[in-house]
Amino acid sequence: MYLKHIFKIAYLLLISSFFYSCDKQSTDSETTSNVSNLPVADKDNGGIELPTGFGAVTVAESVGKARHLTVDNNGNIYIKLRKLENDKGVIVLADTTGDGKFDVKSGFADYVGTGVHLYNGYLYVSSDTSVYRYKLENSLVPEGAVPETIVSGFPTQRSHEAKSLAFDNAGHMYVNVGAPSNACMETARTPGSPGLDPCPQLEFQAGIWQFDANKPNQVHQVDGHRYATGIRNSVALEWNTSANSLYAVQHGRDQLSNLFSEFYNDEQSAELPSEEFLKISDGDDFGWPYCYYDHFQDKKILAPEYGGDGKKTGRCENVVPPILTFPAHWAPNDLLFYTGDMFPEKYKNGAFIAFHGSWNRGPYAQKGYSVVFVPFKDGMPSGEWEQFATGFAGADSVMSTSDAKHRPMGLAQGPDGSIYISDSVEGKIWRVLYYDEKLASLD
Amino acid sequence: MNKIYFVFAFCAWGLISCGGSSSDSSTTETVAETKPTQEEPKEEKPQVHPGMGIYKTYCQVCHQANGEGVPGMNPPLTQTEYVLGEKERIIGIVLNGLSGEIQVKGETYNNVMASHSFLTDQQIANVLSFVRSSFGNDADAVTPEEVAAVRASSGN
Repeated sequence: MYLKHIFKIAYLLLISSFFYSCDKQSTDSETTSNVSNLPVADKDNGGIELPTGFGAVTVAESVGKARHLTVDNNGNIYIKLRKLENDKGVIVLADTTGDGKFDVKSGFADYVGTGVHLYNGYLYVSSDTSVYRYKLENSLVPEGAVPETIVSGFPTQRSHEAKSLAFDNAGHMYVNVGAPSNACMETARTPGSPGLDPCPQLEFQAGIWQFDANKPNQVHQVDGHRYATGIRNSVALEWNTSANSLYAVQHGRDQLSNLFSEFYNDEQSAELPSEEFLKISDGDDFGWPYCYYDHFQDKKILAPEYGGDGKKTGRCENVVPPILTFPAHWAPNDLLFYTGDMFPEKYKNGAFIAFHGSWNRGPYAQKGYSVVFVPFKDGMPSGEWEQFATGFAGADSVMSTSDAKHRPMGLAQGPDGSIYISDSVEGKIWRVLYYDEKLASLD
Repeated sequence: MNKIYFVFAFCAWGLISCGGSSSDSSTTETVAETKPTQEEPKEEKPQVHPGMGIYKTYCQVCHQANGEGVPGMNPPLTQTEYVLGEKERIIGIVLNGLSGEIQVKGETYNNVMASHSFLTDQQIANVLSFVRSSFGNDADAVTPEEVAAVRASSGN
């Protein structure tokens, strides 16, 4: 109890020092008052590059190995971790004074995972094998922190285990169940090994499963509906309310030259296949493991495990194509459709995608550590994608993945329309705001 | 009362949030597009280790150019008992592959490594000797005879 009092006193002292420094600042600069309702951007935008008019505030550093994150209507941030920090798998950050600085940090949940999503007053959180939910009831940490199990029984798998979550407007929850392999080879990642045909992994993995968002104790293989199949792994999964449709961005397969050097050289392997942006309807099949997308030939190609040679299309001709493609191996790990009012009009209903950055472009430089933007109209991309936030890696060239200082992982929209980005390396959290011409006048 | 609240260390907090005189004057670095010619690995010079080519072809994609692996996916080969400890184990991993959860330098890894028994004893000896003497590692070489002995005992 003593400790609590000490914290309270320290806290009040810090608040008073804050007001003192604010007074001082406002006399320094007339323009400060113009943006007094927005927190002022870090001078270096927290180390990232943004389009003109945007700025970023470092919300937190070192929260842990961050995965997805979500922001409540009261501004509290919930961050899922893939490694426990002080025995907690979800970190909560709160801004108790409303000044844009997150001054309280707490945590709960004794399991690791990826998904965290707010829906109908509940916080849904996934481990790699289950989905739970917590009633928040205006508390920072759910009382007692004992969750309801919504779904359990997802297969334990060694790769592509992330259970990212999305929710529609009709009471459904969608869960990514990644493929437990690269390309369903008879012998995993072994040169020349043929693919299993049919691939048995498609029965309960490599797709998106739909559940009742409000029904406790569902079991994946009993209660789940396989909404879409042939998706290798889509950590980036989101429901688009304006289009009333599910979207995902797929991690394309790896190691074409490493496994099939007779058909692919290292450069082709570094540039193929596309990371595919998918618009998903019930029953869609996107072709994994039999097919991959080649954005140079602009079509689905038969995978070499199934008789392909880099050119043949074979059984892939009628597979649902992507709505847009991105460079190979960039690892799309979150998708956000922007519905806020803070950013300029062109961003409205458009897609932000966080790319974790590549690990398997070797011997070439690793790429993709960035957040991109895709303009949308009527539920489809209305223009080319563009870089939105870059510079996370903190280096001109990344030869090895561990050289990247930060890797963008999760995206969330705050109640004011600002966007939050999480980093999986050091657990840095950025908040991106739009200031317009006011930003320039601050300097 | 096991709720843990951390009050952030924010002595400079008010100052930064009000903008103006942040002491952070570092300039933002830009990720420049790297030209393909700069990405090319350097052509081998006479002094190149005989195991380097094997490493680049079969190992680098997962364990990376600097041997540090990929966080959360593929373990590092630097300063770890797996690489520097008894040779039998690391020879066995190359021959038989590895699956199941392992701990390396405080991190958990759970990906599958494929068997590389298609490599010759000489190639495995070369690549393991390269790994054991690169990336800051400094352990003695592995001989083809040592590889042959493990292969014989494991049926590969």
